[in-house]
Amino acid sequence: MTTGAGVRKLGMVQAINQALDVALTADESVFALGEDIQEPGGGGFGVHKGLGAKHGAHRVRMTPISEQAIMGAAIGAAISGMRPVAEIMLMNFVHVCMDQLVNHAAKLRYMSGGRTPVPLTVRTTTGAGGGFGAQHSDMLEAQLVHASGLKVVVPSNPADAKGLLLSCIFDDDPCVFVEMSGLYFASKGEVPEGDHRVPLGKAAIAREGSDLTVLTYGRQVADSLAVADSLAADGISVEVVDLRTLQPLDTATVLASVAKTQRAVVVHEAVRRNGFGAELAATIHAELFGELAAPVARVAAPNVPVPYARSLEQAYIPGPAQIETAIRGLA
Amino acid sequence: MSYSTPVPGAPVQLDLFRTATRIKTFDEKYRSLMTSGAIGGMYYSPRGQEFCAASVGRQLRADDYVVTTYRGLHDQIAKGVPLRELWAEYLGKSAGTCRGKGGPMHVTSPDHGLMVTTGVVGSGLPIANGLGLSAQLRGTDQVTVVNFGDGASNIGAFHEALNLASVWRLPVIFVCQNNLYAEYTPLREGTSVARIADRAAGYSMPGVTVDGNDPVELYRAAGDAVARARAGEGPTLIEALTFRFCGHIMGDQQVYMPKEELAAAVAADPVPRYRARLIADGVAGEAELTAIEEAAVAEVADAWEFANAAALPDVSELESDVYGEGVAA
Repeated sequence: MTTGAGVRKLGMVQAINQALDVALTADESVFALGEDIQEPGGGGFGVHKGLGAKHGAHRVRMTPISEQAIMGAAIGAAISGMRPVAEIMLMNFVHVCMDQLVNHAAKLRYMSGGRTPVPLTVRTTTGAGGGFGAQHSDMLEAQLVHASGLKVVVPSNPADAKGLLLSCIFDDDPCVFVEMSGLYFASKGEVPEGDHRVPLGKAAIAREGSDLTVLTYGRQVADSLAVADSLAADGISVEVVDLRTLQPLDTATVLASVAKTQRAVVVHEAVRRNGFGAELAATIHAELFGELAAPVARVAAPNVPVPYARSLEQAYIPGPAQIETAIRGLA
Repeated sequence: MSYSTPVPGAPVQLDLFRTATRIKTFDEKYRSLMTSGAIGGMYYSPRGQEFCAASVGRQLRADDYVVTTYRGLHDQIAKGVPLRELWAEYLGKSAGTCRGKGGPMHVTSPDHGLMVTTGVVGSGLPIANGLGLSAQLRGTDQVTVVNFGDGASNIGAFHEALNLASVWRLPVIFVCQNNLYAEYTPLREGTSVARIADRAAGYSMPGVTVDGNDPVELYRAAGDAVARARAGEGPTLIEALTFRFCGHIMGDQQVYMPKEELAAAVAADPVPRYRARLIADGVAGEAELTAIEEAAVAEVADAWEFANAAALPDVSELESDVYGEGVAA
């Protein structure tokens, strides 16, 4: 649903800020809470800048550094008529409140026989490449997808970030919205004004192609598109599918693309072992075994903590070179 | 202790006795059916702690919220959950409050304000804050009571929750039902304070220790805390001293507990003690109390028959209710 007429060039931080502003304006039950999100800074990355002044400190609520308390407060509010948007500053800190998120937010609808939905959005930031080391950089999406009851979203561009976040906020299930910090200040994109929504559970064909499908999300979408562009010169036609939502997964779009190209490479920044790519590969192998020209290849980080040294961190991140190698290996 | 809440009159005192009797009767019937093999599963008996729920619950309105733990039967009954649907949920039947998908450790009944029963020690406290925050943001005067045991006061969530409730002046009453044992370990062996209420001082909120087996005293303490919360004056920590008669879990041999300690507690069983007190104080007569007991027996028997006859959920329900409309598990 897009009700706004205009389009503006925005970075991802501004796009997310706009989504929060739209939601706070549209619905009194929406409120944000998190560490340091109050004015004037609006949080560690400034995502909430200006929102406290506009909507009040009671609706853009600063919390102490208490992740369990933040998540619990969000859950309790969500089951009693509110639509909280909790910020867990960094994704590694989600571990600190995993009991609240996984044992409670994810399961309350099921445990109550459907009578206690949890319309909660958790926004969190992460990603390697910033020199923050092992406890501030992990991609933990696979762990969250594993917890039945959660929805998990990883946007790749400003417009999707706005549209997906608004869909999360007005969704009746607990959604974890993963913002990759490498995208925060990357290139701007055109973002529709107003209440722009991108539906959950719908992948986007970021680039059409016929020889091979790259399945990816988040920051690796841009890398995959760049590689696809460069390989086009060599006559390799790569389709790039931006999953956008990992749970619910748009299996239909994934399978349709791979059925067409018969080759697939999955790309993610999280470590390889039990990563989301393993689920994608297993699904494709089970559904399209007889049609594949080659086994599904995975491009992912090695099974190590995110290193600090610049040389090691750059080697850790699966980048264009690894994506190209994987594609050439299959094409 | 001096309380603003006065000693309640006969109708309320009879309500306290009635609720405790319904809890005790339900519990005893449930355990007898477990012992006979008619019922399986796990069960965490609240026997001995009846008034912790009855007295606090009597201070709440239907639209107030309660959060409790796996030892929660008494809190669930005191909040007004009908016994039929409650028993059915304990048996995992589709007629249960959660259509059999929660079970005794996860009973909820939002229509009655029973919002969460958690199987994780201490996890209810942060969620109670959210219920309180919601009431505050919506501008209602609803209050939230969160019940937990003494063991929960040693987990991080307790401390995070009390701090935030104090900072935000939330309308939450933290009720620690201190039964002196955290699972299979005496409280004193794992706790840095002799009185859990002392921990309230660290969070700038009132903390009171009361005899949780004295229905009138706890009713008054809870009344003060509820009034404070409703008036927007913030949270209170109530430590209600009590005792559990049946150990941590059904079948617990209680080898960690001196036999004399249990015998003394059972000898001071709060339910018959209060019964005698009601008669001695002239609040009620023998016939009136007997009628309450007989009604409880009949209500509990009816609940058991209802639940026993109810159907298990169809296996087609296995993958429903994970997400909202239109999203597969």
